Amino acid sequence: MQNTGTLKLEARGDREIVMTRVFDAPRKLVWDALTKPGLLKRWFFGPPGWSLIVCEVALHVGAAYRYVWRGPDGTEMGMGGVCREFVPPERAVCTEKFDNPWYPGDALVTTTLVEQAGKTTLTLSVLYQSREAREAVLKTPMEHGVAMGYDRLAELLASPPAQAAGKEAGAP
Amino acid sequence: MGYGQMSPNRLDATFAALADPTRRAILARLASGQASVTELARPFAMSQPAISKHLRVLERAGLISRRRDAQRRPRRLEAKPLAQATEWLERYRQFWEGNFQRLDALLDELKTDERNARKKKRKRAKR
Repeated sequence: MQNTGTLKLEARGDREIVMTRVFDAPRKLVWDALTKPGLLKRWFFGPPGWSLIVCEVALHVGAAYRYVWRGPDGTEMGMGGVCREFVPPERAVCTEKFDNPWYPGDALVTTTLVEQAGKTTLTLSVLYQSREAREAVLKTPMEHGVAMGYDRLAELLASPPAQAAGKEAGAP
Repeated sequence: MGYGQMSPNRLDATFAALADPTRRAILARLASGQASVTELARPFAMSQPAISKHLRVLERAGLISRRRDAQRRPRRLEAKPLAQATEWLERYRQFWEGNFQRLDALLDELKTDERNARKKKRKRAKR
């Protein structure tokens, strides 16, 4: 788990996607970078040319947060939610809804920071409202390379759901 | 992230269609060439009406189409909606990867700042 710099994505249970990333810094600093607007604006803005133009953070239970990003062509993308748990510097639970969502329902995001030997593991769990919403996000390919040939498509569609397909089709 | 090109409703339909393992298996089969309903039903222990129901969902999502000219009306994969959905999520991942790389750099900077602050404090304490 001390593999600094590698972003890991995995499915857990029925409705959850878990993202794990190790940072070579103590937990307190990672927590600051996640919760202080001045620091958030320096890294949390997406592709080059984009910026985080609204950054209202939630620092206690029941508080609302809101982020709005603006792209080079003026496109804006916003999201926000309400904080359900807030335990500095180790854990926060917040609802999440995009202004233009690409999955049905809203999500519950749990951020956990665990420090070990000066390194911090950030775990970001996104719990979707339904199994379908999670499946939708997960089963769609996330590798590099946007253009997709039929061959790769076949590979992709055939491999991950084999077990589930067998079950549903009544095959052994 | 420029998610504006595709309507959320259309994406919902695409994702809902992809959420089912039988439908993904059908798409996988069609990726290697067009096929009739009978051919598509063969690998599954499912009735033809059950398969047809799945095909209708895929069709509504724009993921497959049927050829009207041929008598067996083969289904064919439409790659574009899937590619659009893929592009959407690919940007989502890139969004996080780019962010985290910048966060690495920022954390390095914060660590250096802290170290320097500690050094200064120690110097001051010595004086």
